[in-house]
Amino acid sequence: MMDLINSFTTTLLLTCRDVIPIVLLFGLFQLLIVRQPIPNFKRILVGAIYVLLGLTLFLLGLEKALFPLGKIMAAQLSDPVFLQGSKDTVDLLDWTNYGWVYLFAAMIGFATTIAEPSLIAVAYKAKEVSGGTINDWGLRITVAIGVSIGISLGTFRIVTGTPLYIYIMAGYVIVIIQTIFAPKVLTALAYDSGGVTTSTVTVPIVAALGLGLSAAVPGRNPAIDGFGLIAFASLFPIITVLGYAQYAHWAATRPMKKQRGE
Amino acid sequence: MNKQLQYLLPRIVSFVFEKLRQASTDLLPIALVIAFFQLVVIRRPLPNLPDIIIGTGLVIVGLSMFIQGLQMALFPLGENMAESLTRKGSLFWLMAFSFALGFSTTIAEPALIAISAEAADIAIQGGLLANDPKVAASYALGLRLTVASSVGFAILLGVLRILKNWSLPMLIIGGYVAVMLITIVAPEEIIGIAYDAGGVTTSTITVPLVTALGVGLATIIRGRNPLIDGFGLIAFASLLPMIFVMGYGLVVF
Repeated sequence: MMDLINSFTTTLLLTCRDVIPIVLLFGLFQLLIVRQPIPNFKRILVGAIYVLLGLTLFLLGLEKALFPLGKIMAAQLSDPVFLQGSKDTVDLLDWTNYGWVYLFAAMIGFATTIAEPSLIAVAYKAKEVSGGTINDWGLRITVAIGVSIGISLGTFRIVTGTPLYIYIMAGYVIVIIQTIFAPKVLTALAYDSGGVTTSTVTVPIVAALGLGLSAAVPGRNPAIDGFGLIAFASLFPIITVLGYAQYAHWAATRPMKKQRGE
Repeated sequence: MNKQLQYLLPRIVSFVFEKLRQASTDLLPIALVIAFFQLVVIRRPLPNLPDIIIGTGLVIVGLSMFIQGLQMALFPLGENMAESLTRKGSLFWLMAFSFALGFSTTIAEPALIAISAEAADIAIQGGLLANDPKVAASYALGLRLTVASSVGFAILLGVLRILKNWSLPMLIIGGYVAVMLITIVAPEEIIGIAYDAGGVTTSTITVPLVTALGVGLATIIRGRNPLIDGFGLIAFASLLPMIFVMGYGLVVF
């Protein structure tokens, strides 16, 4: 119990340290430049305390439960002993022997993205701004599918040892082509969804997976090959969201074209 | 008083339960994935079960409080600031605020501090830096300042885009082309870090504030659509660090 209180205080102080620059900035601008009282100040203050306490408890719980577990599992799945299974010799350079790793990467990428608070915030705002035409859960699931494809492909890249920039550049070309054809309403949101997927929940588990895997595969250097999974996780959601936007546009215009006999 | 309590209490309880239920739904996928891999694939008992249960409880309570606070404080704060600064009509202060918001929230980001220290190690291993703690420390600090200024500049550019009505796809595609071109000439040791730097810069508190700032501006300025023009700030904040970090690699090495 004492232990829990101690780590609560430490996490709270760390969260405060993150918040201080923001408080200073807003305070300074409010007092010196805007020079007007903030409307609903009391409500904002209560909300700020919620944010501070909520984030502290959230991080504390993650440190206590999810991160150790996620890291242990990432290590176990990429452990050569586990990979070899019942067989005597398994070629660790053969990418087909890492099936469980790809599946784990895809599923954990999806699951952590659904729980990502930044994405919840952006999805909520998108729903509000669009008057409900953009469904927040639909957006979050589309983004999570993108992250799961991205991270799974990223683990494949670590196993095969192909250069990172080839994948990223190919991804960029796809995004550029999609941008030309996708409806303009959703492009900004799609670009944003790349940046919000990788924060509090996803980064620690995914980083552990990348480092563990690059240590297990012969010939990979964790210092160089361990990086890059986050880049995959921020690129592929853009592709899936743009893809969904195109599909929704196509599905909406098709009956009209049929009626006109095209 | 007693009557009032009788009226309020059930409503408060059901409100809290609803919030907790929503947060549990958000976490359900993680629980399912971990359970599946533990039971079916790895087949080992869970270590520290009590810790995991307590931790999951904390995550659920924390997430529901954060989301409540998000709607009560972070969104209104960002929107108020967008409104007050636009009403004031001073482009300079709006720009200064945008840059400061990006810079100040990034410079102290723990993920960035960790990644810069690691980047210095890689550079030493690659023989690009002298193996001297002083050199490594100043390289890591330079990297942090580079990333923080790039995020500040990104928010500034994003706000300027909303004001001037520049095309977002054009700017983003231009950024992609710049990333591709710089990748060709940048030293290999910095590429992986540069690509990841884009993802780690936007923290949980910054994202709602920045989103509210953009949407707030696009709502107030006539002729802008909050959905088309309000978003896009985060996109710049994940794109510019890549360009800046590779540029830093080119200048230093």
